[in-house]
Amino acid sequence: MKAIVCVKQVPDTSGKVAVKEDGTMDRASMATITNPDDMNAIEAALKLKDETGCEVTVVSMGPPPAEGMLRELLAMGADKAVLVSGREFGGSDTYATSQILAAAIKKIGVDDETIIFCGRQAIDGDTAQVGPQIAEKLGLPQVTYVADIKAEEKSLTVQRMLEDGYMTIRVQLPCLLTCIKELNQPRYMSVSGIVDCFSKPYEIFDFNTLKDDPLIDLDTIGLKGSPTNVYKSFSPPVKGAGMMLEGADKDTCDKLVALLDEKHII
Amino acid sequence: MDFHLSKEHEMLRKMYREFAQNEVKPLAEEVDETERFPQETVEKLGKLGMMGIYFPKEYGGAGADVLAYAMAVEELSKVCGTTGVIVSAHTSLCCAPIFENGTEEQKQKYLPKLCSGEWIGAFGLTEPGAGTDAQGQQTTAVKNENGDWVLNGSKIFITNAGFAHVFVIIAITGMTTDKRGRKKKEISAFIVERTDPGFSVGKHEKKMGIRGSSTCELIMEDCVIPADRLLGKQGNGFKIAMKTLDGGRIGIASQALGLGEGAVEEAIAYTKERVQFGKRLSQFQNTQFQLADMHTRMQAAQFLVYSAAMKKQNHEPYSMDAAMAKLFAAEAASDVTRRAVQLFGGYGYTREYPVERMMRDAKITEIYEGTSEVQRMVISSHLGVK
Repeated sequence: MKAIVCVKQVPDTSGKVAVKEDGTMDRASMATITNPDDMNAIEAALKLKDETGCEVTVVSMGPPPAEGMLRELLAMGADKAVLVSGREFGGSDTYATSQILAAAIKKIGVDDETIIFCGRQAIDGDTAQVGPQIAEKLGLPQVTYVADIKAEEKSLTVQRMLEDGYMTIRVQLPCLLTCIKELNQPRYMSVSGIVDCFSKPYEIFDFNTLKDDPLIDLDTIGLKGSPTNVYKSFSPPVKGAGMMLEGADKDTCDKLVALLDEKHII
Repeated sequence: MDFHLSKEHEMLRKMYREFAQNEVKPLAEEVDETERFPQETVEKLGKLGMMGIYFPKEYGGAGADVLAYAMAVEELSKVCGTTGVIVSAHTSLCCAPIFENGTEEQKQKYLPKLCSGEWIGAFGLTEPGAGTDAQGQQTTAVKNENGDWVLNGSKIFITNAGFAHVFVIIAITGMTTDKRGRKKKEISAFIVERTDPGFSVGKHEKKMGIRGSSTCELIMEDCVIPADRLLGKQGNGFKIAMKTLDGGRIGIASQALGLGEGAVEEAIAYTKERVQFGKRLSQFQNTQFQLADMHTRMQAAQFLVYSAAMKKQNHEPYSMDAAMAKLFAAEAASDVTRRAVQLFGGYGYTREYPVERMMRDAKITEIYEGTSEVQRMVISSHLGVK
């Protein structure tokens, strides 16, 4: 088996959010973390490596400082890292990003036993679109919201979490999974992993590396080419304190109903 | 001169911090309150390579450096002084002397299990009559007719003793004459295993601080160990012990550093919240000046500790540096944790907040692995002041 994990560096939402004039986020001035769902994706791949000894490659699209995040994932146990980075790619929406990442994954190499792991969605855009779009572009089966994985010969049995239960799905390899936090608890980096991570294979795929791949339509990538444009980004206003009503009697209920009615909630 | 940490060390610090916050801090209060040795933490530390940070991979170590080790003890001690000293004593006082003085067979036998955390290590030098005066040893090791060593005597205040599998033990192997013709005890070092016949762990000490750390007496009554357990050359035990303590001082200095820094972090957070006379405590100039002094002392301590660690890593003479680091960091930690309790006021004196525990934990760093007075002796002798 072979695992390819898509990861994204996202702003640490516990810090300040900075926005550029064009409405996109000013990522350079914000503290960053690895997208939380992507941590579950990397852990799933590393568990597969623990069981099968498979190779784990992490791939991310982002500016050069994303190397720091990729090195951390190498320190957790991934074997190789690829950073897809180029000015031409900057400001891409999900449609554009998935073309570029699909081409990058194709270049890394998808064989009959490859599993592509993605996080469900990133905490900045919250679209949950890139994973599924990559699968479509590569013509691979996909399972989203994966909460459990059992590896078998050339297939996986996975649990797909829905609002009111699970779907159990058997999927053939190669395939793409999007992972949720219920799937696992991401491991820590290890000391020896950190010592080794700077000597593990690390490659940069720039515009020239990928531009000739037919999966990429050059007119629809980057900020200008992306079909969707961010109109405005802003920090939501801070919510006021909630109101608590105490009591289990009819009066309290009437008061509650009146308040909800007043705010046009019911 | 570059005071910046490498990317590797920055990443290590991040990992240590996450681990300390998520796995160590939640247990610290209970470990102190119930005097419980946090065995489960040791297992986790072992898996992450934190029980053998600076030993080569061929012996099961993580292959990092002495600075990486000092930073680990520092970050662990920020949230739990007990966990800090478990790692420090294990690494500096047991793994290090075996790595530095052991035969290839001894290193292959002991280091992989110690570095993985499967085995815990300890060091036995102190005796009822030989603390600061390490020459006052009474424990003896005599060769029997089979060529085995027979140890008799007892050691006290041994860190990790209740849970350790491997002990580096210092004992008298005879009498010798020095260059001036004076009779002196010949001292040697040995590796003793917990399961060796005649070896037992005695009373557990009830302590003021680092209460989760297991501090016990070791008793050797006709304790027979094979000839190949001699560590280093016969008669080199005193040198091995002193060199081991030099390294150990970097560990304890790091523990003190972490305790002081942890108290500063707690005090900053608390004084930003606590309101008196309609103002946050952090708005009072006294608080600001106190915290400025506290942070400055700990920052100075950090430079001394990191500098000593780098000198050891680079195989430069570091004995005086380790003594200065331990002396300064320990006294700074005692002062800073005491001031933190004062800033917390009445709440600081209760066990609801961690600063009183940090203050109790900090005191020992001025005492063990050479008291502050011994550090001053070491430093002044390096200065040639006799």
